[in-house]
Amino acid sequence: MGSVILMQYVYLDNSATTKPCELSVKYTLDALENFWGNPSSLHMLGVLAEEKINEAKKCIADVLHCKEEEIVFTSGGTEANNTAIISAALKGKKRGNRIVTTEIEHPSVLETVKRLEEEGFEVVKLKPDKNGVIPAESIKNAITKDTILVSIMLVNNETGAIQPVETAAAAIKSVGAPALLHVDAVQAFGKMPINPSKLGVDLLTVSGHKIHASKGIGFLYIRKGVTIKPYITGGGQEKGMRSGTEPVPLIYGLLGAVKSLPNLENALKKQKELWNYAKQKLSDTGFVKINSSDECLPYIINISVPGYRSETLLHFLENEGIYVSSGSACAKGEGSYVLKSCGFDRKTIDSSLRISFSRDNTKEDIDALVSTLIKATERLQRSKI
Amino acid sequence: MKEIILIKGGELVLKGLNRKNFENTLITNIKRKLRDLGQVKIENLQSTITIEPVDEDFDFETALERVSYVFGIAAFSRACICEKTVEDIYAKAPVYLKDTLLNVRSFKVEAKRSDKGFPLKSPEICREVGGILLETFPHLKVDVHNPDLVVTVEVRDRYAFIRAGQLHGAGGLPVGTAGKASILISGGIDSPVAAYTMAKRGLVLNAIHFASPPYTSIRAEQKVKALLSKVAKYSGPINLAIVPFTEIQEEIGKNCPEDYFTLIMRRIMMRIAERISREHHSLALITGESLGQVASQTLPAIVETDSVVNMPVLRPLIGMDKDEIIRISKAIDTFETSILPYEDCCTVFTPKHPKTKPRPGQCEEAEKGLTSMEELISRAIDDTVYSVVE
Repeated sequence: MGSVILMQYVYLDNSATTKPCELSVKYTLDALENFWGNPSSLHMLGVLAEEKINEAKKCIADVLHCKEEEIVFTSGGTEANNTAIISAALKGKKRGNRIVTTEIEHPSVLETVKRLEEEGFEVVKLKPDKNGVIPAESIKNAITKDTILVSIMLVNNETGAIQPVETAAAAIKSVGAPALLHVDAVQAFGKMPINPSKLGVDLLTVSGHKIHASKGIGFLYIRKGVTIKPYITGGGQEKGMRSGTEPVPLIYGLLGAVKSLPNLENALKKQKELWNYAKQKLSDTGFVKINSSDECLPYIINISVPGYRSETLLHFLENEGIYVSSGSACAKGEGSYVLKSCGFDRKTIDSSLRISFSRDNTKEDIDALVSTLIKATERLQRSKI
Repeated sequence: MKEIILIKGGELVLKGLNRKNFENTLITNIKRKLRDLGQVKIENLQSTITIEPVDEDFDFETALERVSYVFGIAAFSRACICEKTVEDIYAKAPVYLKDTLLNVRSFKVEAKRSDKGFPLKSPEICREVGGILLETFPHLKVDVHNPDLVVTVEVRDRYAFIRAGQLHGAGGLPVGTAGKASILISGGIDSPVAAYTMAKRGLVLNAIHFASPPYTSIRAEQKVKALLSKVAKYSGPINLAIVPFTEIQEEIGKNCPEDYFTLIMRRIMMRIAERISREHHSLALITGESLGQVASQTLPAIVETDSVVNMPVLRPLIGMDKDEIIRISKAIDTFETSILPYEDCCTVFTPKHPKTKPRPGQCEEAEKGLTSMEELISRAIDDTVYSVVE
């Protein structure tokens, strides 16, 4: 297949990835052309490159209300999650054996704890309620004195449900567990204000390409005072926490994206209005079922169009220039484990779509989505099973 | 030391007067496979095909791998060329075999002497060469029943060859000796295995895929191409026809009784496949059906789908269990691609309770709702897109 030229399109798949913003592209190119030295080099080219990294860290630290040295750049969310979980487990294994997480985490968390389970750790996976939220009570009950790691996402990537992370922090404290609290904030960072030290978080994962930076860059916040060993070892970059020559252009591009973030409080208010509009318009069709709860982060709305398979709808929308995600893989696939865990029935899961927004989306985009869905139901045949 | 590839023909050596045709096709197929690796001299003498590279830096590893995919070959090996003198054989054997022999504990020597004028008889060659190797590599033991390695010395008309073991070939008959047929490919596990199996019997393959966008995606088409390209390693290039099938499926959905959807769909697929095949000189259709596997693969259902075509429908998997089919699909490396989860045209319009025992005449009756069937079929054939998968 050759290159696809997207003439006019409506992009509503921002939880999968976002379009790099202008400043991010500009900074990336700038660093590629002008700051290509190895940041570890002693000479001037190295110093110039290193400065760019420090500049990025400072800006990110401001947004997160944390210190620069608490930021460790990684290749993205998956690596940050792997590092956090493996390193925390290795650190804690003398003091306990229990890891608490949820059934609705990203695979980069679930597969990693599965590995630890095979190595002998006891892994407890909590179930969400119908709204996709892990009940505070079950978090409290799960955290015991021998719990060494609690890993809970801040915002679920399929439903947008916000998880009660602070409950976990409080429970760890009150029980006196040696646990570190890891939070996967990939779907939250840049969309809602986050203050890790206020939340009581020890480790926090962020990915660049979900906030209009490039793929291949992200970071792990490691609270000062938390001593974990690195997951990737080598030349000792990032103060030894993440070896490997720093991808300066990607880091600098991430800075461009972070600088372009709007005031989060205001943007969130505006986005909530758009979300409400979307919910109203979608509900008005009479055939769309809303799976996300009203309390979710308004950047995601998960819906179902019972009787129509996700993949068919997705391709129909695609033909009309509208890009979304299918909740379930396909008729042969297993369907979304997140929706299954939330207790949705098979019909809902098989026909689910994830609509995910960025700050660039408008009411017109939603109108286009809704009218195309109506067209789809008129045009397409309902599946029989 | 100059090396060569020795190839032993498979079943084709049993052929009678037309054996030459089979051998020539095999040689053409081998040549085509090796074309980009540089110049080679291919000879066919005494039921062995020899491939002698002209260039010094010939890539033997790649060549051997490609030969392993060519149908019509029972066994093949890499060998060292010797002059037909005992001195040359004795001198080269320990040097050529050194690396191999250092990795085994026991061996035996076999000899084949097609030149009866050679001063030593086969048992004498074995004894002498075996003796030299034992002397040079004291860690070795001779084991005539269960050796780690069989060293073979072949004394032929112009040269003698020394080789260490040999590899199994892909078997079957050379592609092109049996004519051409069209595989109906969906993207599942079965059809690539059926395609492979029939190519193995010497057929050149055409492929026909039915696409129903937006019910099916571009990924499903990519998947079909990926699968065919794995089969093409064995069969050679495959002509692929992608038939637009959305309109037909929708018309069936609107106008026919639900329990007949799949049957009618398959009958129309067969009709289209037959016409495309005739246009492209395919003599038969191939499907991956296995008796009773799904509702459309019961015997009464097969009777109904066959009755609309005047062309043999080859079903090489008809008597196989799913396990056996999966085993082959893993062996030919199509399994992992086959299980990629994309909608294909068979899953979307699946009825809740498909008819498993249609009686003669019932399908015709159910099809009556499709008044414009002929038009639909012609339009689908007109809009079919062709490509070549290598």
